[in-house]
Amino acid sequence: MIDKRVASLADAVEGIEDGATVLVGGFGASGVPVELVHALLDRGTTDLTVVTNNAGSGETDVAALLRERRVRKIVCSYPRSAGSIWFEERWRAGEVELELVPQGTLSERMRAAAAGLGGFFTPTGADTRLAEGKEVRVIDGRRHVFEEPLPGDVALVKAARADRWGNLVYRTAARNFGPTMAAAAALTVVQVDEFVELGELDPETIVTPGIFVDRVVRVEAA
Amino acid sequence: MRLDLRDVARRIARDIPDGAYVNLGIGLPTLVADCVGADKEVVYHSENGILGMGPAPAPGEEDPELINAGKQPVTLLPGGAFFHHTDAFLMMRGGHVDLTVLGAFQVSERGDLANWATDDASHPPAVGGAMDLAVGARRVLVMTTHTTKAGEPKLVPRCTYPLTAAGVVDRVYTDLAVLDVTADGFLVREMVAGLTREDLQGATAARLSFADDVGVLGQRE
Repeated sequence: MIDKRVASLADAVEGIEDGATVLVGGFGASGVPVELVHALLDRGTTDLTVVTNNAGSGETDVAALLRERRVRKIVCSYPRSAGSIWFEERWRAGEVELELVPQGTLSERMRAAAAGLGGFFTPTGADTRLAEGKEVRVIDGRRHVFEEPLPGDVALVKAARADRWGNLVYRTAARNFGPTMAAAAALTVVQVDEFVELGELDPETIVTPGIFVDRVVRVEAA
Repeated sequence: MRLDLRDVARRIARDIPDGAYVNLGIGLPTLVADCVGADKEVVYHSENGILGMGPAPAPGEEDPELINAGKQPVTLLPGGAFFHHTDAFLMMRGGHVDLTVLGAFQVSERGDLANWATDDASHPPAVGGAMDLAVGARRVLVMTTHTTKAGEPKLVPRCTYPLTAAGVVDRVYTDLAVLDVTADGFLVREMVAGLTREDLQGATAARLSFADDVGVLGQRE
């Protein structure tokens, strides 16, 4: 029998090792798996490469990982959000490496990893400093930059509801990076507001099929 | 003599066709949505996975997960849809978004756009979706003041700030003029009343040419 539900946040992040590359869902404060990130913090995991769109703000989630010096490198598109004080502090001190990636390229690199592709050529970034050192090819008369796949050892994702097979639906714009990250990691851990019985999710509306999901944990809505 | 930026937004709104799928950049361009007339049905796209984005919700009705690219609370209109990030950027990069309005630090006479970095080393660099939008939207409109606060021209022969994308800008709307980017550089289509061609050239680093029938910018229809 398949049952991907786990009982606790600690169980959800069990086995995540130091040095892991962790894909963390969310855009701004929307769709961030806050409790899973804090479970990782509580576990003591360190030397992480974190792939996420923003670099956290205030004192929670990715900002807390940065504050506690658990992050070696961050791969993101927009680390300079309001309140991203811990990223800025660690970055200025040279304590965290930043790989800046255009947002669509960030998402597509993870998709390429999920799809088993060896990368792709994109016009995004051509003739800019973010393409420096990258292979360029002219396709249909337009310059394209080669981008490599970006797989995760772990993905931490927030969704609204899951069944025991790990099928997921999301809520409004909290979906953002979730479906791509879930498919791009060796271990995908999802926090949800609610568990439902198998068969209760309308198969026409399941956004992330359970094949991409390894563990689901329920987090009581605040 | 300079137009209020709200009037610039109103002028841009006139050029947005009925039925267009539109992505408005963060900052100034968001003013445009308020100026599009009720006679047009325009579908707004947001990079975080929204089509049919509506205005800000009433106070107290904000949904912290339903936000726009600037992380401000928004609403979803009837007919709107949610989708994930990879699809949101596929729409942008793949030429499915008809039109974008973007802010700019500089625009070159070749249509190069610089709007993401100023080389201020005291802040970490951040690019977000700017490059994807600039290369992918079918039509790229720029909304900007004609000069910086310090009076430096923003329309230049070559951008000195880091590029967002090369050769992508179609039209620039400033508080002084409307200019098309052509194979021969900036072509002035409209300018504010009371400004001479010499005045406009004096506020512009790139060489200007003028349409045969330069219109008056800022006249209310």
